[in-house]
Amino acid sequence: MLLQQMINGFTLGSAYALTAIGYTMVFGILELVNFSHGAVYMFGAFICLILITTFKINFLMAFLLSLVITGILGMLVDKICLYPLRMKNAPKVTSLISTIGVSIFLQNLVMLLWGSETKNFPMVFNLGTLNIKGFKLSYFQLVIMGTCIVLMIGLTLIIQRTKLGKAMRATAQNMEAAKLMGIHVDQVISFTFFLGAALAAVAGIMIGMYYQTVDPMMGFMTGLKAFAAAVLGGIGVLPGAVIGGLLIGVLETLAAGYIHAGYRDAIAFAILIGVLLVRPVGLLGKPVQKKV
Amino acid sequence: MITILGLALLVLPLAGLSSFALRMFIMVGIYIILGLSLNLITGFTGQLSLGHAAFYAIGAYTSAILSTRYGLGFGITAPLSGLAAAFFGLLLGIPTLKLQGAYLAIVTLGFGEIVRITALNWMNLTRGPMGIPGIPSVSLFGYELQSNIGYYYVIYGLAAVTLLVVFRIVNSRIGRALMAIREDELAAQYMGVYTTNYKVLAFTIGAFFAGIAGSFYAHYVSYIDPQSFTFDESIQILSIVILGGMGSIPGTILGASILVTAPEMLRSLQDYRMVIYGLILILMMLIRPQGLLGGVRFGKGGKAKNDASGSKEYNQAIWRAKSS
Repeated sequence: MLLQQMINGFTLGSAYALTAIGYTMVFGILELVNFSHGAVYMFGAFICLILITTFKINFLMAFLLSLVITGILGMLVDKICLYPLRMKNAPKVTSLISTIGVSIFLQNLVMLLWGSETKNFPMVFNLGTLNIKGFKLSYFQLVIMGTCIVLMIGLTLIIQRTKLGKAMRATAQNMEAAKLMGIHVDQVISFTFFLGAALAAVAGIMIGMYYQTVDPMMGFMTGLKAFAAAVLGGIGVLPGAVIGGLLIGVLETLAAGYIHAGYRDAIAFAILIGVLLVRPVGLLGKPVQKKV
Repeated sequence: MITILGLALLVLPLAGLSSFALRMFIMVGIYIILGLSLNLITGFTGQLSLGHAAFYAIGAYTSAILSTRYGLGFGITAPLSGLAAAFFGLLLGIPTLKLQGAYLAIVTLGFGEIVRITALNWMNLTRGPMGIPGIPSVSLFGYELQSNIGYYYVIYGLAAVTLLVVFRIVNSRIGRALMAIREDELAAQYMGVYTTNYKVLAFTIGAFFAGIAGSFYAHYVSYIDPQSFTFDESIQILSIVILGGMGSIPGTILGASILVTAPEMLRSLQDYRMVIYGLILILMMLIRPQGLLGGVRFGKGGKAKNDASGSKEYNQAIWRAKSS
């Protein structure tokens, strides 16, 4: 029972982790909480579903295509709704409201285009389940966790080993200085949004396949929890987002199983608040020295 | 200016408004209180709160429970609701207000969700998703309010009190301390401002008025359920503050009027309504990031004057100072 819950939790946590990375990367560079991220996650799942069902594209192509489309959407969100505000040096909270506007817009646009009812996500491949001494582990859960691990390694390589990754780190450290060193900061930011949105799309599609349903509101709670995961791990710190995501996934599944299913979502936030009271910068965050 | 506006509001319902229009005015009044109370926290003190609906909910539920179970009237439930919300504001504020930025945002957001989910699951107290029906209407000094006109005067009376209190706080020593915290918390601390105390104070007062608004809402609509106090509600209140202009009292009133009536105005667009609402939010931010009345001062003689914080030079200076 416990092991079963842990596995289900890790599966869910992998999706939170992938989504949390988008929050944390954008925050690392812009110090902005991007509230449209949950809607982007939902959009990724929907686009994939539409490509499969309406356009009859095979799954792998649809998957890759929806990553690109969602990534571009992420870039557009930045270019249209955030870039002009950055240029005006508007207060951070206006950007936040702007992303909330995007979130409302996207959610309702999807409802308008494809209806507000819950949609069935086709079983693309039936992999079966593995039965080990009483607990069930579906191969698809392994696929989700595997994909998550592969993407994490890939992302780490991009950020640590490539020139673009170096530029991203430099921009996160000090945008002005990075500009002066000849880094195209705007391109770096665009790329960050692309990457974050594409990862969210992966999470959305996998969760859609896992539960076999998608609906326009699916991004709301996941978005909030992924944000909570990013903060729990220490916002702006990549490994923190992963640890936070997995922790929230596992703890909320355990809490739902052993305490009360109704309080599931509340428990995730209660844990977060508890951790922040002890460690105000999250698990892996470093306290920042402030100057007047 | 204020006198004219006040007089206009006073005679307005006598002009024979439809009950729908009156209802809209009453809802605007509720959101003026909610907006002003959040403006004190976010606009004047600079603490981003994404869970203001929680205090609204606590106020509404306190009133609903007290009046349906113990038969208490609005005159008693309203202050008790305010106090209950303020108590939770204090409880949340003391440990969390040392957090900043995204951390404070997620804690307040989480608190809002916890309150809503608790209301959804604590069947014995709140009846969960079934909600609490049959909340008695407002009765003051023995008179039971039957019509919307009565409610209209009560809510705008409450809004006027809120306005006065917020105005007096902002233009006092406390208000200057709050704004100092907003501009630069560390500097304020070095100047001898007890930043934590002031932040908790702002939070508690804000929660108190949100609780009063919740109480009125419960008595006015006579039925509440957790669905009325979601994250969207917190966002709606925050949008009112930002749209009107952070730290602007007339701005909040304007923001509440626009954002509460906009979805109704757009009702004829049916399904496109919320899509357009999202677009409006984005466009407003892009066109006037400081808010409609942000940085506009209503000086003596009613002349509107731009103050320094709205100007480009000022913002760039701030930007440079913060990025160095």
